[in-house]
Amino acid sequence: MIIRGDEPEQIRLLKKLYRPGNYFMQGNEAVAYGALFAGCRFYAGYPITPSSEIAETMARELPKLRGYYLQMEDEIGSIAAMIGASWTGFKVMTATAGPGFSLMQENLGYAVMTETPLVLVDVQRSGPSTGQATKGAQGDFFQARWGTHGDHPIVAVSPVSVEDAFWETVRAFNIAEKLRTPVIVLFDGVIAHTREQIRIPDPEDVEITYRRLPENEEEAKLPFGDPCGDGVPPMPLFGHGYFTHVTGSTHKENGLRDVYTPEVHDRLVRRIHRKIESHEEEIQKWEEYFTEDMDILIISWGVSARPSLGAVLRAREEGIKAGLFVPKTVHPFPGKRVRELLKGVRAVLVPEMNLGQLILEVQRYADDVPLRGVNKIGGVPLRVDEILREIRGVA
Amino acid sequence: MAIKIYSKYDKVKYLRKEALPTALCPGCGGGTVLNAFANALDELGIDPRDIVVVSGIGCSAWIASPYFLADTLHTTHGRAIAFATGVKVGLPDKKVVVISGDGDLASIGGNHLLHAARRNIDITVILVNNFIYGMTGGQVAPTTPFGAITTTSPYRNIEHPLQISETIAAAGASYVARWTTAHVYQLISSIKKALNVKGFSLVEVISQCPVQFGRRNKMKEPAEMLRWFLKNSVPLAKAKKMPPEELEGKFVIGEFVTRERPEFTEEINKLIEEVAERYGLGDEDAD
Repeated sequence: MIIRGDEPEQIRLLKKLYRPGNYFMQGNEAVAYGALFAGCRFYAGYPITPSSEIAETMARELPKLRGYYLQMEDEIGSIAAMIGASWTGFKVMTATAGPGFSLMQENLGYAVMTETPLVLVDVQRSGPSTGQATKGAQGDFFQARWGTHGDHPIVAVSPVSVEDAFWETVRAFNIAEKLRTPVIVLFDGVIAHTREQIRIPDPEDVEITYRRLPENEEEAKLPFGDPCGDGVPPMPLFGHGYFTHVTGSTHKENGLRDVYTPEVHDRLVRRIHRKIESHEEEIQKWEEYFTEDMDILIISWGVSARPSLGAVLRAREEGIKAGLFVPKTVHPFPGKRVRELLKGVRAVLVPEMNLGQLILEVQRYADDVPLRGVNKIGGVPLRVDEILREIRGVA
Repeated sequence: MAIKIYSKYDKVKYLRKEALPTALCPGCGGGTVLNAFANALDELGIDPRDIVVVSGIGCSAWIASPYFLADTLHTTHGRAIAFATGVKVGLPDKKVVVISGDGDLASIGGNHLLHAARRNIDITVILVNNFIYGMTGGQVAPTTPFGAITTTSPYRNIEHPLQISETIAAAGASYVARWTTAHVYQLISSIKKALNVKGFSLVEVISQCPVQFGRRNKMKEPAEMLRWFLKNSVPLAKAKKMPPEELEGKFVIGEFVTRERPEFTEEINKLIEEVAERYGLGDEDAD
């Protein structure tokens, strides 16, 4: 189901508005179209470079699809309005960059705790603080993972191209809906502003999911229980007479607060973790190049995965057995696969536009293999020759 | 015991029995506010299924959440109105009501309050102003009277309080009124008007916190605080004729504004229709 309610009408509108075919567009626009195709009909945002074109595209396109664009007074209000709208049944999104992402962290935790589906796009820019506001970076790997307080699981996907941005955004919505959880699209300012070819599909060829709704009164009375056994409770939306109570405080299965019983907190927070962990295989996605036969493994993500592939191709031409692993789901990190790949590898390089973040995650799975970061900051992406030089250095 | 306490209350049908008794202190004004809200709904004959209550953090956020039997969204500190904005856009035919305190809505959440009034979105805010951060132990608030004693202004408060109703009336709300918990019938009447107004409405209720505010300011008993409210309340019409220095420390009560202005969710839906027409997206056959 694209949206709650008028399904054929939405397909009709999408078909009428967006003809399938090749387009030349920016990463930010691709994110917006991905969201529209995935069924996002509510966007609340606040302008921030380098994400603003996502808001602009949504403001222009959403009303055509009978959707709502709200410009809020700040990023905190944006994510708050999204959560409110999600409880009325909308698929919701916002986009921001580092500073706005920091402001959203408290309510991101609220969304985790209240199991509210939403998609939050962080177009990473060079920080800390205002940093190089117009330049891309990959410095929010751990802000995405641990930015909000307390024990919590998180799902984050990271596209590598404009076309990928479309599909990863669709995937983010599907995961958010399926697992009733916030999902982060960890995008970056470089691809966000890169224009390249993208194929816009027929809306009927895009596989989309809608959240599970309660099938009866009994299920509706347990908005935070586990009636289906997979850790994902059906979501009793507001306005249906269920008298749903939603709180960020520790709550029982019926939603009512209980902050005094240790077991209630333990049961709730462990279930929220379990529902992500038990679906890891479905959530995790990656790309591999030349990994069947390699001595050196490059692990890279987002924009840095592109020059990494270039460097691997050049290394192969030179007879160096290099391979590439690109996690598209960066949280939960596909560590099991990395551990398998590391068997028999002599060295691992981790190119990224920061001073070493993904490499720390890789380290957890690399027992004996030497790891080396290929790090670049300053707002300019890594180049093929810069990575190739490092590959030669360990070859 | 608890069952006996609430079964005597004739508006009990509006309450979530399993959440009672309330966590409010004896003598708190919160119960008066909840009672006034329940009476207003009852008199208007509004089905609680048609209401979504949103609140933030603090004692006053607890007044209707979880105790009120409706869809209730208990949010993060200060953000209730922003959450409510999303709820209202999703459910334009429901009554969306925010009940929370002065610290929550006018301090940390002040910007959302201001902008919701400017947008004139059809949300009813019942702002319970007890001049203090009660739940955290009685710290000074932006509403604390000048000179008052609190745990973080132990010598005296050197700041002047924010005039919430006046500010929100100026920001563009459709309806703004201020009463105290000693003016229950006026309060019920204003809540009814606020619920019926198409646009942003604010009912500010000056309320007593004998435990955290009264105790440190020579008003240990709830009744003393109510007498203080009555003695210092000045009707708006009279206040307009008084010089500002005489109004120092007074509570101006009454209706500050009642006006018709375009409402946000109506405007956004109108815009969607306009766009559909402009792009020829009506219900005709796709071909």
